[in-house]
Amino acid sequence: MVEVEGLSFAYNKSAGDVLHDVSFRLEDGKCLAVLGNNGAGKSTLIKCIDRICPAREGRVLVDGEDVHRMSGSEMAQKIAYVPQSAGAVNMTVFDTVLLGRKPYIKWDVTREDREIAASVIHSMGLDDYVLRSVSELSGGEAQKVMLARALAQEPRLLLLDEPTSNLDPRNQHEALRTVRRIAQERSISVCIILHDLNLAIRYCDSFLFLKDSQVYAFGGREVMSPENIEDVYRMHVHVMSYMGIPQIIPFPDIRI
Amino acid sequence: MIKDKGTQLEAYERHTLKKRAALIVAALAAIAAALFSAGVGSITIPAWEIVKTIFGAGDAQQNTVIWGIRLPRVTAAILVGAMLASSGAVMQCVLHNPLASASTLGVSQGAAFGAAVGIIVFGGGVVNSASAATAVTVNDPYIVTLCAFVCGSFSTAVIIAISRFKRDIGPGGLVLAGVALSSLFSGGSTLLQYFADEQKLGAVVFWTFGNLGNANWTELAVLAAIFAVSMLYFLLNRWNYNAMEAGGDTARSLGVNTRAVMLVSMGVCSLSAAVAVSFVGIISFVGLVAPHIMRRFVGNDYRCLVPASAVAGALLLILADTFGKWVIAPVVLPIGAITSFFGAPLFLILLFRGGKTYG
Repeated sequence: MVEVEGLSFAYNKSAGDVLHDVSFRLEDGKCLAVLGNNGAGKSTLIKCIDRICPAREGRVLVDGEDVHRMSGSEMAQKIAYVPQSAGAVNMTVFDTVLLGRKPYIKWDVTREDREIAASVIHSMGLDDYVLRSVSELSGGEAQKVMLARALAQEPRLLLLDEPTSNLDPRNQHEALRTVRRIAQERSISVCIILHDLNLAIRYCDSFLFLKDSQVYAFGGREVMSPENIEDVYRMHVHVMSYMGIPQIIPFPDIRI
Repeated sequence: MIKDKGTQLEAYERHTLKKRAALIVAALAAIAAALFSAGVGSITIPAWEIVKTIFGAGDAQQNTVIWGIRLPRVTAAILVGAMLASSGAVMQCVLHNPLASASTLGVSQGAAFGAAVGIIVFGGGVVNSASAATAVTVNDPYIVTLCAFVCGSFSTAVIIAISRFKRDIGPGGLVLAGVALSSLFSGGSTLLQYFADEQKLGAVVFWTFGNLGNANWTELAVLAAIFAVSMLYFLLNRWNYNAMEAGGDTARSLGVNTRAVMLVSMGVCSLSAAVAVSFVGIISFVGLVAPHIMRRFVGNDYRCLVPASAVAGALLLILADTFGKWVIAPVVLPIGAITSFFGAPLFLILLFRGGKTYG
C-alpha cells in the first residue's frame, strides 16, 4: 500500500507551487496512470515522491512507513525510479542491472546480488544482451534494461516516467504488459506517467489527472470520462468499447 | 533463444576476470617500463641489476645512482601519473564531462600560480645549482603545496559553480571555462615573474616546465600518502560513480547523495592535482588521456576504471619521461613539454570523437 499525502513542491518560494497538495493511494500490485498536459507537474510529482526534488510539504508512506524520513539507501530499497529517456548509458547490460543492487551494497556486490541481477535479466528476456553496452541497444531493449535495473532494487513502489515515449507501437504494448505482469507477480505498486490515453485506460487500474499543479480527478475507470478528459486536455473525445477493449477517440477539430 | 540464467552469470564473471586480467597486464607493463626507465641515463643499468639493488644486493655506485637519482624519479612518475589519471577519471564521472581533467579545467594552472606565489611571495623555493636534476629546491613544500591547493581549488569552485548554474553548458563549454581560468592564472604567474628577482624567476620558470627530477624521498612520501588517501576515497565511492555514470536522477533514486559525492570528489581531485603540481610542475593531458585509453579496455565500470586509469597514467608518464631522457641524451627534456607534445594530438582526437562516444 502506497499513500501520498498533501505533497507540495515549489522551485523557489516567490514562484507558485509546481505541485500543490497532491494526495492519492495505491494498492499493492496495481498500476496508476499519471495523466495531464505538458507542464502539469507529472514528472515533478514522481520526482517528489522519490525525493529527487525535495517536497515542501507532505509525506509518502510505503506500507505505513514514512519513506522521506529514511536514509537514501533505505528509501531506494522501497522505491525505484526510471527516468524518461535514460538510454545512452555506456555500460554493459549486466553492470547496469547490477546497479539496481546499489542500495543493498555494504562493501561490494555479493554472489546473491549477482544472482538477482541474472534472474531479472532472464525474466525480462535480455539474456542475449548481457555483455552488450546499453548505448548500442535499440530503444525498446534499452527501456527493458532500465526496467530490469529498477526491478533488481526489489522495490515496493515503481515510478516510471513516460516508459513508452521512445518505443514503437508493438514495444509500447509489450512494455506495459510486462510492467503489469511484474506488478501482479511481485505485488509492486506502479505509477506510470503516460501521454497515450488508450494505453492508460487499457493497462492501468487507477488514474490521476493533474491540472494546474493540482489533482483534478483521481479514481478508477469511472474518472476516465469524456467530461474529465475534455476539461484536462481541452479536447473533445468519445469513450467507447471495441471488442471489449476500452477506446478513447479524440476529435481535436471540435471546439469546446 | 532463452538460455539458463546460470550461463549468463558465468559469462559475466568471465567478462569480469578479463577486465581484471587487463588491469594486471597494464600493471606488469608499468613495472617493466619502470625498471627499464630506471636503467636509462648517463650510466645504463640493466633491469636485473636494478632489481638486485632494490633488494639490497647492489654495489656502492649502483646504490648511489639508483636510490639517489633513478628510483626517486621513476617513483615520482608513477605517483604523479597515477594521481592525475585517477582523479581525471573521477572528474570525468562526477562532472559528466568526458573532457574533464585537472589540466583542461584550469585546476593545474591554478595550482601552478599558487605554487608560484608560494615560491616568490613566501620564499618557498630557490635555485641552488645549474644541474638539471636538482635546479630547484622547494625548501618549504608545505607552504608551496598549501598555496597550490588554495588556487587550484579556486578553479575547481568556479568549474563546479558553472556546471551547477548553467547546466546546458556542455562538455566543450566547460573546457572553454577551463581555458579562461588557465589564461587568468598564466597571466597571474607572468606578473609574479615580472616582479620577481632573478634567482626566484629562474626557480619558477624552470619549475613550470614540469620536472620529475625535483622530487626527493620526503616529498615522495607526502605524494604517496595523498595518493593513498585519494585512491581509498575513490575506491570507497566506486559504486556511487557507477550510479552517477547512469545519470544524476538515476543515481539519486538509487540513494546516492550526488551533490556530496561530487563536491568531496572534486575536492580530493584538486588536492591530488595541487600536490602533484607543486612537487613536479604542470603535467598536461595525462589525466585526460589515460582514463580514455582504459575505458576502451575495461569499459566505464569504475570498480575497474579507477585503478586501471591510475596504472595507465603511471605507465604513460614513465614512457614520456624515458623518451625525454633518451631522445637527445644526455640532455633531459622537461616532462611537461613531452606530455603536451604527445597529449595535444590525442586531446584533439578526443574532441572530435568524444561527443559521440561519451556525450
